[in-house]
Amino acid sequence: MARWLQDNMPKIVLAPSFIAVMVFVYGFIGWTAWVSLTRSRLMPRYQIDSFIQYGRLADSPRFETAMENLAIFGTLFIVIAMVLGLLLAILLDQKIRTEGAIRTIYLYPMALSMIVTGTAWKWILNPELGIEATVKGWGFANFEFKWLVDPDMAIYTVVLAAVWQSSGFVMALFLAGLRSVDEEIIKAAQVDGIPTWRVYSAIIIPSMAPIFLSAFIVLAHLAIKAFDLVIALTGGGPGYATDLPATYMYAMAFSRGDIGQAASSAMVMMLVVFTIVVPYLYSELRTKDD
Amino acid sequence: MTDMSYAPTRTQSPTTKLVLRFVLYILLALFALFYLMPLFVMITTSLKSLDEIRTGDLVSLPREVTFDAWRTAWSSACTGIQCEGVRPYFLNSLLIAIPAVLISTIIGALNGYVVAQWKFKGANIFFALLLFGCFIPFQVVLLPMAIVLGKLGISGTIPGLIFVHVIYGLGFTTLFFRNYYVSIPSELTKAAMIDGAGFFRIFWSIFMPLSLPIIVVSVIWQFTQIWNDFLFGVSFSQAGTQPVTVALNNIVNSTTGVKEYNVDMAAAIIAALPTLLVYVVAGKYFIRGLTAGSVKG
Repeated sequence: MARWLQDNMPKIVLAPSFIAVMVFVYGFIGWTAWVSLTRSRLMPRYQIDSFIQYGRLADSPRFETAMENLAIFGTLFIVIAMVLGLLLAILLDQKIRTEGAIRTIYLYPMALSMIVTGTAWKWILNPELGIEATVKGWGFANFEFKWLVDPDMAIYTVVLAAVWQSSGFVMALFLAGLRSVDEEIIKAAQVDGIPTWRVYSAIIIPSMAPIFLSAFIVLAHLAIKAFDLVIALTGGGPGYATDLPATYMYAMAFSRGDIGQAASSAMVMMLVVFTIVVPYLYSELRTKDD
Repeated sequence: MTDMSYAPTRTQSPTTKLVLRFVLYILLALFALFYLMPLFVMITTSLKSLDEIRTGDLVSLPREVTFDAWRTAWSSACTGIQCEGVRPYFLNSLLIAIPAVLISTIIGALNGYVVAQWKFKGANIFFALLLFGCFIPFQVVLLPMAIVLGKLGISGTIPGLIFVHVIYGLGFTTLFFRNYYVSIPSELTKAAMIDGAGFFRIFWSIFMPLSLPIIVVSVIWQFTQIWNDFLFGVSFSQAGTQPVTVALNNIVNSTTGVKEYNVDMAAAIIAALPTLLVYVVAGKYFIRGLTAGSVKG
């Protein structure tokens, strides 16, 4: 018995976590997938009834707005955060004496809760007392800045706050990448008289391809999960102009009592993540085994 | 390594070099302003009176510094019908975060130790399954989790939230420890086994003493995640057990009475202080956690 215990200890230690993952991750995904095929409303029902919930999603103007917003928000957020992060990393890579302090300043928003970030920007963008009033106070009496309450512009305030929060992190990733490029190659290029911008664009940046991929995965993941930021900044409003699939799902699950819609919209989010993350994880794990 | 002094002098005269350096520092300073501005506005707004806020200038320093808003935010701001400030919720967050961080780190350490050092058939599949679990959007588990918490009799309680955070934190903590232990030669484990040391003995006497840095990374990562969590907090709590992020959101969006922006800002800073403190004190480990979570080893 003691011998058996000794031999199987690794498996025994892993077993609870294994069961937890199978139940609380994969079992739960299965449950949600199942319920997304039923007519569940206030209470879950388990009678499968084709793709009716997905049909309702497709017909819902609110969900259409949410998916559009995800596309706009996701694209702008990822592109701007990447470009800004890369720019900051390159600027900081020029032997700056106060690098440590500047890096700390650029990165601290990442330590904040999205709720705190949303609260702060909501106040800054306040149409009566925020930036608008401040600039008016400087003598520009006609200055207007009402993005937060403008259904067409409000989604861009979410982009702004999200970029503010996450671009420092992208900078940190890229900075680590820049530092890992072989110095000999760079020196050789510079001895040959190749200008600095060419060194970056032709040698350093192409060699950082894996880091671009990592940054993309993390940012895409943040974008799809963005929920707290929208809740704190716009509450999904005005109307449902800044709804994302995540806020749609939450509204259906906890305030509308429409479990079928909640489950199916969660599955759509899951699918979006799947298409982005699975190829990445697959390649990562494969290269590890080789 | 990209020092401009490597560049041949014919491309850059000393004057251009000086101008470039100047522009560089200006740019860096402007970006620093962009990142600092919201924090500055939060602090100054929290120290102003409502009258001063209404006359409207976001960036001016307070004419008269008052800590009234901080007092209100801490002990009497309304989060709905209750008006006890963020204090009880701040406490809830501590009561949730501390056990959840400790438990998930301990289990993650053991899991990582097994996956990295006691390879058996299926261990890698387990790790892959766990890793993928880090990436799922939590919306996909919210509904069944609500039901299961109800069945377990812990829905709306602090133990319920601890449970949820431990479960969904395991992926990252296991990842941290696995990647750390994988670099320790397996000969060490084998030699210890020949000397008669068992599974736990090897873990405790050989691996634990080496693990301080990765424990710090895991604790900081988990603490930041759990403290800043909103989705689980808002879904699985009820009046009285909400974490501080949920209380903050309720204060800001409560529609009763006059909008007190200074109180909102003070409450936001209070909610942010613990993670900010961790970041300032142990920023190096914070960044290691972030990058370890994205650049998988």
